[in-house]
Amino acid sequence: MSKTSRTSITMPTEAKKNTVIEIRAIAQHDMETGFRYTEAGKLVPRDIIHFFTCRYNNVEVFKAEFHPGTGANPLIIFTTIATESGTLQFEWQGDGGYEAVNQSQITVT
Amino acid sequence: MKALSVFTFLLAILCSATSFAARQSSYELMTPENQAMQDDPNLNPAQFWVMDGQSLWHEKAGKGNISCASCHGESKSAMRGVAVQFPKMVQGKLQTLEGQINQCRVTKQGASQLAYESKELLALTVFVASQSKGLLIAVQETSANKASLLKGRQWFNTRMGQLNLSCAQCHEERAGLKLGGSFIPQGHPTAYPIYRLEWQGLGSLQRRLRNCMSGVRAQQFEYGSPEMAQLELFLMWRAQGMPLESPGVRP
Repeated sequence: MSKTSRTSITMPTEAKKNTVIEIRAIAQHDMETGFRYTEAGKLVPRDIIHFFTCRYNNVEVFKAEFHPGTGANPLIIFTTIATESGTLQFEWQGDGGYEAVNQSQITVT
Repeated sequence: MKALSVFTFLLAILCSATSFAARQSSYELMTPENQAMQDDPNLNPAQFWVMDGQSLWHEKAGKGNISCASCHGESKSAMRGVAVQFPKMVQGKLQTLEGQINQCRVTKQGASQLAYESKELLALTVFVASQSKGLLIAVQETSANKASLLKGRQWFNTRMGQLNLSCAQCHEERAGLKLGGSFIPQGHPTAYPIYRLEWQGLGSLQRRLRNCMSGVRAQQFEYGSPEMAQLELFLMWRAQGMPLESPGVRP
């Protein structure tokens, strides 16, 4: 059983070669820490995203590891250098088979 | 006696005039970072609920097997201007926006009510509310809602809980001063449902009001109760003319 959720990417669609571009990636996720209890005293199992990766034309350019201290709906803002036109693929992986994928195109001139 | 009542009347006008002139959304009290999070749809986490609400809008439910869109239309702006009028009297009953959505589900769709603070109800509410973003809150006193509005005003001014505080003592008399490290806002409900960072999620005005009631160690009003609706009505009336910011972000 695989779970997924909404994600959103904000980045320029066009850039000059060798300039720095800013990328914002946000995923909808509760990021349940695994340290909380219900009113009945039962432990709420951990349910978090563990990894976020960004591949630029299949080359990994950014990777992040999330922990229970990371807040809900994690937003990551990072930069990379616009080297060539193509596709940036974003992947989130987490507990319970959670997986989300998003893509964005960029034209480099 | 008469002179006294004239004096109180003048005082009331003066007070309301000054407080109206200086009305301020708690948006103004936030850090630039949090303001940016609310203003930029790409940063505002509440947008996920808006999208969820949009999907629910088209989902058929209940015995009637109809969706919200079946009656109200497919458009993302079909409900523009609706949220700024709530709570309002609908068929003799004071309804909040959440209450009206549930009412529609039961009577029109033949479906079960959605629980307060459930993701579904919040999503539908925020989808409807966000369509009125930027419009001015338009809750006015009418002959129909007069009694409820008066009740709401009384709740606002009634001391409650072990700390024996009323809403007004903090949010009118001490608004702008500090409680702990934070500014006390004037308590205008201009951005609900809000994504509150402390909650790590979306929540309704009623959840926020219950927070305050628990803060003064009072018995909280129930979700969906007439008391809540009356208090909501008074607060929205008090904020009339202020622009709706939904979906808001608050610390």
